[in-house]
Amino acid sequence: MSLETFTAPRGRSKQRTNFEMLSWLFMRVSGVVLVFLVIGHLVIMNILDGGVQRINFGFVAGRWASPFWQIWDLLQLWLAIIHGTNGLRTIIADYAPSAPGRQVRFWLHTVLIVSACFVLFAGTLVIFTFDPTIG
Amino acid sequence: MASGTLYRGREGMWSWVAHRITGVAVYLFLLVHVLDTALVRVDANLYDAVIASYKTPIVNLLEVGLVAAVLYHALNGIRVILVDFWSKGPRYQRLMLWVVMVIWFVLMVPGAFFMLRHTVEKMFGA
Repeated sequence: MSLETFTAPRGRSKQRTNFEMLSWLFMRVSGVVLVFLVIGHLVIMNILDGGVQRINFGFVAGRWASPFWQIWDLLQLWLAIIHGTNGLRTIIADYAPSAPGRQVRFWLHTVLIVSACFVLFAGTLVIFTFDPTIG
Repeated sequence: MASGTLYRGREGMWSWVAHRITGVAVYLFLLVHVLDTALVRVDANLYDAVIASYKTPIVNLLEVGLVAAVLYHALNGIRVILVDFWSKGPRYQRLMLWVVMVIWFVLMVPGAFFMLRHTVEKMFGA
């Protein structure tokens, strides 16, 4: 019997896209990007140049006049919502029973997905259709 | 003295508990925050009125709590990544948690100072 008999496993798990592995990887990749985006956002909004006291409609209009901040906020919105929604999905999976007849997990997932989609839609729409002249 | 397990009740478990709690708290705030910012598309005065609540002393204090939660989640997240991808990560996971807490504290002191300065000056005069 040659060694090859033992060293060539049938790659069943390799042929399937592993959703949980991609989810695990996404949390780490998006997490690294979010560290820079979110900490930058918090420092600018809460600490620099008077912090939150200086924020008003005109301040937002001034920032979103620049594509740089539009792209920053858009990327931050999508990564943070997907990262957070996936995190809550994991927590729901840990604590909400999935036994037959128990619908808790189903309803928690429904509330989670509906809220996340609604907030992503609203946030994206606002960044793309912002009108500084309504002030 | 019963030493228990390597994980349960020790640094690894509590850092994980704190990661979950801060994650959920930040996520719930995020949902509210996107919606309050969306008011810039509705009415400038309405947006300014809602943002005014962010400038009150109590909400200002909550903002420090938010920054504290985000900062812990970010630093501990980097620690988790190092445990997963750095060959020596698992061996140094406990030391890295202490590093996380020291960096968190060192950044939070000036952060809280600058965030609360206006509120403190307004309340107690300066």
